[in-house]
Amino acid sequence: MRYQLIGLNHKSAPLEVRERLAIPESRLPDTCRELNAYPGIEEGMVISTCNRVEIIAHTVNGHADLRGFLHNHFHLKPEELDAHLYEFREKDAVRHIFRVASSLDSMVVGEAQILGQVKEAYATARAVGAVRGQLDQLFSRAFAVAKRVRSETAVGSSSVSIASVAVELAKKIFGSLQGKNVFIVGAGKMSELAARHLMAHGCASIFVANRTYDRAIGLAQKFDGQAIKFEDLYTTCDRADIVITSTGAPHAIFRREHGEQFLARRKNRPMFFIDIAVPRDVSPDMARLDGIFAYDIDDLQQAVSSHVADRRKEAERAEAIIASEVERFEARQHTLDVVPTIVSLQDHLETIRQAEIDRVRGRMGQLSPEQEIALEALTRGIINKVMHTPITTLKTAAKESEATTVVDVVRRLFNLQVKPKEEPAGPAVKKDEVGTRQ
Amino acid sequence: MSLLWLRFALGCYFVGLVYAFVALTRTSDLFSRIALHAATMGMVFHFVSLTELFLSGQIVWASVHNSESLLAFLSMAFFLVIYMIYKTTSPGVVVFPVVFFLTFVAALDEQPVLLTQFVSHKGWLIAHIMLIFTGYAALLVSFGASLLYLLQERRLKAKKPTSLIAFLPALEVIDQIGYRSLLLGFPFMTLGLITGSVVAITAPTIGRVDFLDPKILLSVLMWAVYMVMVFTRWNSGWRGRRAAFLATFAFVAALAAWAANYFSAMHRFGTS
Repeated sequence: MRYQLIGLNHKSAPLEVRERLAIPESRLPDTCRELNAYPGIEEGMVISTCNRVEIIAHTVNGHADLRGFLHNHFHLKPEELDAHLYEFREKDAVRHIFRVASSLDSMVVGEAQILGQVKEAYATARAVGAVRGQLDQLFSRAFAVAKRVRSETAVGSSSVSIASVAVELAKKIFGSLQGKNVFIVGAGKMSELAARHLMAHGCASIFVANRTYDRAIGLAQKFDGQAIKFEDLYTTCDRADIVITSTGAPHAIFRREHGEQFLARRKNRPMFFIDIAVPRDVSPDMARLDGIFAYDIDDLQQAVSSHVADRRKEAERAEAIIASEVERFEARQHTLDVVPTIVSLQDHLETIRQAEIDRVRGRMGQLSPEQEIALEALTRGIINKVMHTPITTLKTAAKESEATTVVDVVRRLFNLQVKPKEEPAGPAVKKDEVGTRQ
Repeated sequence: MSLLWLRFALGCYFVGLVYAFVALTRTSDLFSRIALHAATMGMVFHFVSLTELFLSGQIVWASVHNSESLLAFLSMAFFLVIYMIYKTTSPGVVVFPVVFFLTFVAALDEQPVLLTQFVSHKGWLIAHIMLIFTGYAALLVSFGASLLYLLQERRLKAKKPTSLIAFLPALEVIDQIGYRSLLLGFPFMTLGLITGSVVAITAPTIGRVDFLDPKILLSVLMWAVYMVMVFTRWNSGWRGRRAAFLATFAFVAALAAWAANYFSAMHRFGTS
């Protein structure tokens, strides 16, 4: 359990800092390699999403300088970065990874994306050979825990990201989205995402208007839609039932008079404006019109977080699951170390040997020193010969993934018990086992 | 016997009534299913009651109780048709209380109050009652839908998603329910008024349509509002607040027209 984790997320660092640390997908393999070449690190991987950048490593002695790695890699001064960083070790690092994978540490608790992102990061690191035994065990367990949290609690029960909240709201207004038209005003990543969600739920066609006409054409092509010149915005907009607007305009581009026009031409059929622009594109007095439903970014966030409030209870249950899973993982890790098992096995056999010699001595009476030596050599020899193969097998098994099984079998066969000490898991070689017979 | 079945039906509708109140504060799938089954069972009892009344040969078409019972039944039929199309029990919030009230009054006791005027064309009278009541039932549903529309619109505008939003169907679905009932009800209402006039003209004691009679005046007023509703909706898509205002007006006019039975000179259900 020499896990170490360092990183920052949406809670610990503002967007500007996160932006500077974000690692593009294409650079991820190189970063992984670099991390693994860093002193003190046995295995290491990087998780980089828009809400978090984290480095998780299994280190040689549990005290690798991950902070230093970050400073070097991103060419940042400690004072710029350190205030935003959190660091976890051993059990806490395990808990953190479990929480991240189960989406309990997400901005929107329960959202499903993060698990996919962690899986991708894991696959990338694995592909460059940065993940082997230790991180492999940690992450396989983390994925299993995430699955358990998802199936046993309602944390991820309904859709939540802003895009899916927008779809949900659209459905509250229009019922089925079958045959509805979408208008994107101002091509941007977020509006594209929202449009994609809407199309996936059955919206019929899409219009795109952008100040730069070429970009409008580009985006329209992606959706098999129609590009509209920005000047024609007001004359065509009423054809859309759902308008996603995200222009960089300094003032509202949809004002009350536009709303009235649209409604008159649409015979008052309702329109849904998803306004993700800051400053807002839809003026508040237009949003007050009957039949115009305008949700700005704050409203959407609020809708998202009201889901979160519903989920708080479920999240508590999820935390309980994670706590028990961390305990289980820790216990497994203890049994995983083969050295203590070997030592306790030897101890165990030595106890038996001594007991048997004492018994024989009692029956045979006084032995001559030569006889003593011979008896000692004989018994030791037998034990060593018998023990040779099991110990070699245990040692080889330690390097394989089957270690747990082998160690478990040996422990059960010889009825060995582990009594872990309270001290943190340091170097593997330590005598913390006692061989007993029940 | 017919009254007994009607009282069974009343018991079932009571479950619907409770649902109507509970549904306003919380969402429960189970409860809406129970309400639906209760309503269906109520309708079966109700149907048996009406059939028995019809077969017994004692049916008095123009009795207040019988017509109330019939109106309740038609409203429930509307509710079920909407459920089958839109899979929502939410119009029940408005329909159940009205149906319960009508059935309750109808089930009070068996003292049919007769229309005092002698009617010569029984067929026309039956047609008049059936048509106008179908129109009433449609108006009731449409009125309910416009209230629900308003409620849903408010919630969506307030941007505070609450459990109620989950209970109400989508805005456009409510709108469709309201609009379709409106469209469907209008011809029934119109034909109902025409047949009513025929009955009045052919009745030897009346022989004419007296437009100053409160019953007729209110009926015509209701019909006019109804027409305005259909027209504004069809022509400029009025919905939401304005439509709800008109629907409320039409509904109140309908209530007044119904109440006018008690003081109209020619359209009277009298005991004597």
